Amino acid sequence: MSQTNNAASKVVAIEVRGVNLFYGAKQALFNINMDILKNQVTAFIGPSGCGKSTLLRCFNRMNDLVEGCRVEGSIRMDGQDIYSPDINVVDVRRRVGMVFQKPNPFPKSIYENVAYGLRIQGIQDKKILDEVVERSLKRAALWDEVADRLHENAMGLSGGQQQRLVIARAIAIEPEVILLDEPCSALDPISTAKVEELIDELKSQFTIVIVTHNMQQAARVSDYTAFMYLGELIEAADTTTIFTNPKDKRTEDYITGRYG
Amino acid sequence: MKTHSSKYTISDWYKSGSPWIWLSAGAISVCLCMLLGLLFWVTFNGLAYFWPADVVNVAYTPSNGQEVRLLGEVYSRETVPASRLKDMGIHVPEGMERVERWVLKVGNRDAFGRDFQPVEVMFLKEIQRPKEAVVLERREWGNAYGVVTALKEKGQVIATGEDAWKQLAARLKRANELENQRMQIEKKDIGAINYKLERLRLEHRGLELKGEKDPAKYEAIERRKEALNKEYDALRQKLVELAALNQDSLVLKLANGQEREIPLQKVIRCYRPNEMSGMAKAWFYVTKLWEFLSADPREANSEGGVFPCIFGTVVMVLIMSILATPLGIITAVYLKEYAKQGFLTRFIRIAVNNLAGVPSIVYGVFGLGFFVYSLGGNIDRIFYPEALPQPTFGSPGLLWASITLALLTMPVVIVSTEEGLSRIPRAIREGSLALGATKAETLWRIVLPIASPAMMTGLILAVARAAGEVAPLMLVGVVKLAPALPLDGNFPFLHLERKFMHLGFHIYDVGFQSPNIEAARPLVYASALLLIILVIALNMTAIAVRNRLRHKYKALEG
Repeated sequence: MSQTNNAASKVVAIEVRGVNLFYGAKQALFNINMDILKNQVTAFIGPSGCGKSTLLRCFNRMNDLVEGCRVEGSIRMDGQDIYSPDINVVDVRRRVGMVFQKPNPFPKSIYENVAYGLRIQGIQDKKILDEVVERSLKRAALWDEVADRLHENAMGLSGGQQQRLVIARAIAIEPEVILLDEPCSALDPISTAKVEELIDELKSQFTIVIVTHNMQQAARVSDYTAFMYLGELIEAADTTTIFTNPKDKRTEDYITGRYG
Repeated sequence: MKTHSSKYTISDWYKSGSPWIWLSAGAISVCLCMLLGLLFWVTFNGLAYFWPADVVNVAYTPSNGQEVRLLGEVYSRETVPASRLKDMGIHVPEGMERVERWVLKVGNRDAFGRDFQPVEVMFLKEIQRPKEAVVLERREWGNAYGVVTALKEKGQVIATGEDAWKQLAARLKRANELENQRMQIEKKDIGAINYKLERLRLEHRGLELKGEKDPAKYEAIERRKEALNKEYDALRQKLVELAALNQDSLVLKLANGQEREIPLQKVIRCYRPNEMSGMAKAWFYVTKLWEFLSADPREANSEGGVFPCIFGTVVMVLIMSILATPLGIITAVYLKEYAKQGFLTRFIRIAVNNLAGVPSIVYGVFGLGFFVYSLGGNIDRIFYPEALPQPTFGSPGLLWASITLALLTMPVVIVSTEEGLSRIPRAIREGSLALGATKAETLWRIVLPIASPAMMTGLILAVARAAGEVAPLMLVGVVKLAPALPLDGNFPFLHLERKFMHLGFHIYDVGFQSPNIEAARPLVYASALLLIILVIALNMTAIAVRNRLRHKYKALEG
């Protein structure tokens, strides 16, 4: 109880109210209501196809790219609905960074990968770029491994390095929120551990939302956990509560491995 | 328990898949054999042409005629059925099935009326290879074969016999230098003056059309015209002087004893093939090859070089690439990235694919009707009214040929660019969009660079097709003999409205339209070889660029 109070006192980064999402005629999300708290790690768990990635992609309007996708309800950041017509989707994506399931570096140099977000904002000053690239790579715990080959093709890095590079690329533009869509599902255990460590460090500066299939991971890295099932948000609470004392039967069944 | 059967049945063999491996391997071998055979055949026939052949002197007594002496190269050897010779009225001894026959290139077309003489080997006597036999390559009338008996300066004999041959080389060099100077003046200097005069005429006519009343302007043109005419007169005078200097000639004794006087300015080179060493022949070979690549054609294209054809082909392909590639890429990007995918885009895509299959001559007809007559005609009416009724862009030319070919090859570029675009993983695009890039920025910075190898593939296919295309070009700009290259020193340097020569058409023209087909045949092979090399070279360049790009944007598995 004390923890819930503690959480409530924190600042809300994203306020989700009554979100319904449709792919054509098919409804994928049903009346989602939740708050994502600032500088905390929120994990979405649930069986495949439950809509957790879909919900995550609502936060930076990635679903706009899917043809026939329609979103109802409101998702607010700083009191502003990111789906309102007078919001520029490019601004939303600058404020909400994203890391995908598979590492997706651009076929450019390591340096250019990290500098990409700044370059499209029109920053050409070599000094600023150098500085940001170094800082971002350091924050992503990759600097020591790539400092001497910044201008080599990023495709030459290992999977784990690529994923950290992609994280560096995302934090280079200083977003408020970072969305991680199963960031470790394509990585080996050692790389996974590194990324998890990184998540822990990053939460001091960023709000982090992570989708994961791996319940141990959710338990390890997140402060809050939301369980979703068949497009509905079943239960959301701090991670300890969800894993030790779930209120809903379906949550309990899932975390005890009865399905999923 | 049954032991494992060691019997290997047909059915096992069939199931193992080896028949298919054999079949595909066989198919590849057949393709390779055909390709290599073709290359070998063309290379051999094309390159053998430049080697100096020995000259033989023979006494030929046909079955029903007088003995004649012949001097010439053995051009080809063949065996023909005796019955065919009998039909031609040539007496063949009984019991002979096949007769060996040589074709002698006896040259001296001006004296004998033809270059070639078929002779039956059995009627030949005294086959000699005289050291003093000389081959003269001439600017007109083809080769001359004979013995140099005298050298003359302005009609006066200055040397005879072996002495004449010794002095000939130096005299010929001088004569050729003078001749080159003359041609330089005629083609370049006088050509430039004619070009300027024509421009002045058009300017004058333009003023008239505008209803210009001010006589001063007309006078200015007249003054410039006069100055040019003066320059022209000076050049003419120089030509006369040059001609006066170039009056040496030689006397050549032909095989039949006839003596002919040949002016040295009509001779390009002379040599004694029977006397030449291997090294000398090799050097001769290289000079001939270089002449073939760098000189203008002579004698209705059956002699000399093919430089204008190489130049025309390359320039046309380049202009075609410059036109077709960007247009094709833009089309593909719109179709793939921006157009709403539906019935209309599907229809357009099918139409584009089918366009690639339309016979090229149809494009030629379209190019002639649409580009040349209607587009070119209107350009003339609007921009060049002073030249009418003489067409400027309203007649076939380099620009229209390039545009027609660009149209012909654009589908290829579109299709491969589209394929390249659809191969780019969604994740890469999303990665860029998620960083706040707009769709256009993503396209420009990420998608297009990654798709560039595919675009290059399209360009490679387009170049391969365009360089080999002949049929449509005959309608929209290629000619048998172009008076000038499309690129020269007169402003605006690249003359897109000019007609040009093309290797593919050159092959057709020399092979089938030449008045002297037998003599021109090796040239057909040589030109064909050159066309193949040219296409390969153009492709290799594009492939090298593509490999660089591939290396740069590699590793997009998944």
